[in-house]
Amino acid sequence: MGDVLRHAWVIARKDLVLEFRSRTALVSAAVFTALVLTVFNFGRDPTAVATVDLAPSILWVTFTFAAMLALNRAFQLELENQALDGLLVSPISRTSLFWAKFFANWVFVSVVEAIGLPLFVLFFDVPVGGVLLPLVGVIALATAGFVAVGTLFSAMVIRTRFAELMLPVLLLPFLVPPLIGAVQVTAQLLGGRPLSEVTGWLRLLAAFDIVFLTLATLLFPATVNE
Amino acid sequence: MTLAQRGRWVTGTALALLVAVYVRALVFTPVERFQGLAQKIFYLHVPAAWSAMLAMGLVGLASILFLLMKDYRFDRFAAASAEVGTVFALVMLTTGPIWAKPIWGTWWTWDARLTLTLFLFFLFVGYLLLRGAVAEASLRAHYSAVLGICGLVLLPFVHLSVYLFRTLHPQPVVLKPSAPSLPGSMLATLLFSFGVFTLLYVGFVMQRYALALAREARGDG
Repeated sequence: MGDVLRHAWVIARKDLVLEFRSRTALVSAAVFTALVLTVFNFGRDPTAVATVDLAPSILWVTFTFAAMLALNRAFQLELENQALDGLLVSPISRTSLFWAKFFANWVFVSVVEAIGLPLFVLFFDVPVGGVLLPLVGVIALATAGFVAVGTLFSAMVIRTRFAELMLPVLLLPFLVPPLIGAVQVTAQLLGGRPLSEVTGWLRLLAAFDIVFLTLATLLFPATVNE
Repeated sequence: MTLAQRGRWVTGTALALLVAVYVRALVFTPVERFQGLAQKIFYLHVPAAWSAMLAMGLVGLASILFLLMKDYRFDRFAAASAEVGTVFALVMLTTGPIWAKPIWGTWWTWDARLTLTLFLFFLFVGYLLLRGAVAEASLRAHYSAVLGICGLVLLPFVHLSVYLFRTLHPQPVVLKPSAPSLPGSMLATLLFSFGVFTLLYVGFVMQRYALALAREARGDG
């Protein structure tokens, strides 16, 4: 177990160092997030619907799109110069490799969301002051679910035709349960109501994370073994 | 007799019996007191939903068996079942709104079971698209098995998450803990239709499986 985690950390660190040194993907994803938020501002009638009613949906649709964009490139890098083959022949378990990719993607998407959240607050004037900590917790929880399935699928779609289109088509149905839960909990938080009323949704989010992280860990070898 | 021929026989028999379902449902089953004739579509809608669910369940099961045993018969079966399931899901998704409009006054509602069946359809389509996008047979079999298993696990989550909203769909009338709440003659028609739709599923899958074999033999599997 110690080895599995150590190997995973080495690979995840490599991915994150690569990501933060080149910054192209990160900056693109952050700008994309800002653009989607801007588009949302003009896609609604501000006189008809109160912003706080729409805010949870705006936040989560934006994050869903951002996560999908980020996950598309998760394995793309490894295709260049057959880097993935190098990883696969190295004495590292498939579990380590999956957890490394999962963790690196989770950090990457979280960083994009960390840029997106203040913009969201700024653009839509949402009161998050008192609920920032639980809100960040919900974002981390839902993002883990997004990334668990997304990492597994992105390992498959890189070797298909139309990979950029295939990932959203396969992945979006899987993002809906965590999306619904996250929107419900966010609405609760922004409405200033206690979290104890939405424990069902929190349990659903946690269950989704646990079930799909386990399932993806078990199934990942089948997507990379030749 | 080849598999394709046997499949055609089963399908032919099922289609003939489907005519019998129509006749029984329209002529020999009483008209429902509140919904009138609109309720007759029930005898097609629910069995089609059953066949689609059965198809998805078997895709998931065949996917697990494929990953465990690496036997390509399971992969071929899963592909056949997914294609046939897509058709049944389409039947369910078209008969549903036709029934819903006169009874609920709306073509569509985001109720738990409607949403679930819509996702079932999306999963089938995604599964077939993925199969079409991978050229290499071994890779395609592995990828689609992974998706098949994930899809089967996703469905309870979709149901659970949407169920927390208020639901408009009729409650189950047959498969529930207490005794069926459907009058005997209606229940008989429904069960008969269940049998016929299951037979249709079997017939279609047999033919589709035979087609996959023929394609592989020709070398463009």
